[in-house]
Amino acid sequence: MDIYTLQDFFTFTKGVIYILVIITLIGLAGFWRFLTERDED
Amino acid sequence: MSNEGTTAGKFQMTPFNMVAGVIVILGVIVTILRFTGGLGAVTNLTDYNPWGIWIGFDLLVGVALSAGGFVTSAAVYIFGLKKYHSAVRPAILTAFLGYALVVLALHYDVGRPWRLPYPFIVQQGTSSVLFEVGACVALYLTVLFIEWSPTAMEWLGLKKIRGIVIKLTLLLTIFGVILSTLHQSSLGALFLIAPSKLHPLWYSKYIPIYFFVSAVIAGLSMVIFESTLSHRYFHDKMDETHLAESRGVTLGFGKAAAYTLAGYFLLKVIGVAADNDWHYLATGYGAWFLVELLGFIALPCFVYAVGVREKNTTLIRWAAAWTVLGIILNRFNISLIAFNYHLPASERYFPHWMEVVISVFIVTLGLVLFRFIATRMPIFYEAAGYDDAH
Amino acid sequence: MTISRRKFLGWLGAAGLGTTVGSSARAAAKGEFSGFPDSFGVLHDTSLCIGCRLCEKACNEVNELPKPDRPFDDLQVLEERRRTSAGNYTVVNKYGTPANGTPPIFRKNQCNHCLEPACASACFVRAFTKTPKGPVTYDASVCVGCRYCMIACPFEIPTYEYDEALSPRIQKCTLCAPRLEKGLLPGCVDICPTEALSFGIRENLLKIARERIRKFPDRYVPHIYGEHEMGGTSWLYLSTEPFNEIGLREDLGTTPAPTLTAGALGSVPVIVGLWPVLLTGIYAISKRKDKIAAEEQAGAVALAAEQARAESKAELDKALEQAKKEQEAMVKMAVKKALEEAEEKQKAEAEGDAGDSGPSEETDKA
Ligand code: SF4
Ligand code: SF4
Ligand code: SF4
Repeated sequence: MDIYTLQDFFTFTKGVIYILVIITLIGLAGFWRFLTERDED
Repeated sequence: MSNEGTTAGKFQMTPFNMVAGVIVILGVIVTILRFTGGLGAVTNLTDYNPWGIWIGFDLLVGVALSAGGFVTSAAVYIFGLKKYHSAVRPAILTAFLGYALVVLALHYDVGRPWRLPYPFIVQQGTSSVLFEVGACVALYLTVLFIEWSPTAMEWLGLKKIRGIVIKLTLLLTIFGVILSTLHQSSLGALFLIAPSKLHPLWYSKYIPIYFFVSAVIAGLSMVIFESTLSHRYFHDKMDETHLAESRGVTLGFGKAAAYTLAGYFLLKVIGVAADNDWHYLATGYGAWFLVELLGFIALPCFVYAVGVREKNTTLIRWAAAWTVLGIILNRFNISLIAFNYHLPASERYFPHWMEVVISVFIVTLGLVLFRFIATRMPIFYEAAGYDDAH
Repeated sequence: MTISRRKFLGWLGAAGLGTTVGSSARAAAKGEFSGFPDSFGVLHDTSLCIGCRLCEKACNEVNELPKPDRPFDDLQVLEERRRTSAGNYTVVNKYGTPANGTPPIFRKNQCNHCLEPACASACFVRAFTKTPKGPVTYDASVCVGCRYCMIACPFEIPTYEYDEALSPRIQKCTLCAPRLEKGLLPGCVDICPTEALSFGIRENLLKIARERIRKFPDRYVPHIYGEHEMGGTSWLYLSTEPFNEIGLREDLGTTPAPTLTAGALGSVPVIVGLWPVLLTGIYAISKRKDKIAAEEQAGAVALAAEQARAESKAELDKALEQAKKEQEAMVKMAVKKALEEAEEKQKAEAEGDAGDSGPSEETDKA
């Protein structure tokens, strides 16, 4: 894929970032559970 | 008006109901005009001034003043300041209604409101700050709805599902803080795209940070302000815990607001230094900037501080109201007053009275809904049998 | 690419990146996009414009816009400063004061078809597209009508159909994209009776403009407006007076619009990555503090209970001792009493038993 304008570059990269950001959110929440599940309170 | 709480359910010709009634009738008329004649029929918007008070007030101010929800829930559930627990419910309710009404107001402002989900389901303009704002506001409204829902469930007696939602409290609070950080700051970032239109004193690379910090201040102040009003009108609805904690909330939130205001003040000054905008201070816009900086940031900061030291809640309440005014002024400055500063006076915007009617109509709706909910559901008191998860 | 390939590869090396070349390398050099090659543009030489408004007329016709209130041959409208509007994609304005004797300057205004359009950057449904041929096109079928594009455009070009109740559109010059597809010139360029508007490949137009400035240094301001403004525009301008004076702002700078908001958008992943970690951390700490406080409290309670228990035990022991002593004393006393009684009986029996031994035996047995 050839990108010729900054505008297209940002649209594409920010789009990918948004997807990663959603994964980050869900992932971190899940990971915290994984980390603390066996802690006895 | 003080007997409002006890007469809920039956419609009575109290002054509040009469004024609200007139506003609602006017609002409905203007609504019809708006959706039959277009924006041109009811607003003073032009091609030079595409955004008026429906954005400047309803969106920018509405969102900023609804920040109390995330500030309070973060203080209680994340920072563990349990002594403010009784402030959470009113703050969440205020925030939920605030955001719901912001979204309602947007339906008036945008050309084709039924397309509001388009950015997410049809075509994503990911390079746009507005995309981020839209996504976060939509998500946060959902989060607020879930955070508020236990109140309604207690009212309706849905014990089981309420239990499930209560378990999500921490997750929802963290989500709320993230989403709020993002969209509160992005509302300011909206204006980064127009350096040639916003006056240099208000245009700054720091504008997203200003918006976020001032939203925190607005949130803290609104909690105090809202509790002042609630104490007057819903006193009979409050349980002992609420009444006992209320003074602590005012003092604690006042202290936080004073400190945050001080930081905000310094950041604003640094912003002027960062762009070397000192010389603008000698102009008319400079004077107006100083009015905002000294009169609506430094002054309330000082009044808050004195109030906190003297443990004078009356003073703190005045400072809160003054701060809220200052936030409104700031949002107006950025979206309306210092925006398009380069245009001749004849091309500048002044709201049409019908625009004001819609804004007032929407605020009134908010008050009526707040009263409806606060007089029926457990907002200022703990519902019997539900004191578990606190 | 405006920088040489060798220099570029050098940067890659410095950044520690390996051998990525080609399209991904293009993306790696941020801010160095040079736009679509061979895209078209229009050069507007204002020194040749006579203010006849024929371009306005042609634009109106090719775009099938509504008939204006005043006809296009009415040159009186030039006395007023006008802007683009929903029914008017282009306007010619008159600048300069006839007072100092210099002839007025006319400038045609329309969308400049930026190389990095602010409107496209701002639109949250991507209604605007910078097309490879040059035009920035608009797609009304997705537009929500938020008007953020109008806020964003530094040239104040997009307009809105404020009188449409349910289907308002953004309206602006299309660079006659539909005509370009058919191989036709833009309507306004086609009709222009002078050389004030020239259509062509932007690179070539820049060469022509430079050439004109070089040939007539006394006539032109030595600047091609639109070459770098806001990252460059497809529409270019030459002028004999400072551009400020013909309504083109000189303070726009050369930063392309998408760059203005890129930093703020860049903070999204930072916040989403850091906030949960930070906030959960704070939560964990405050919870731990609570737990420790609770433990301390529980400890204190336990200690108190322990003490209480110890105290009561001591008391109990004492009481037991006491009881024991008392019991012993009682036993002793009882024994003593019994002994005394027995003694007395013996004495009495011994006295009364002087002649009879029988009962005394019985008493001994008892
Ligand atoms: S001039 Fe304005 S409307 Fe035209 S492409 Fe540039 S930013 Fe968009
Ligand atoms: S008004 Fe339409 S084209 Fe303009 S930014 Fe909004 S959705 Fe995009
Ligand atoms: S290029 Fe086409 S749409 Fe644009 S001003 Fe010329 S005639 Fe009008």
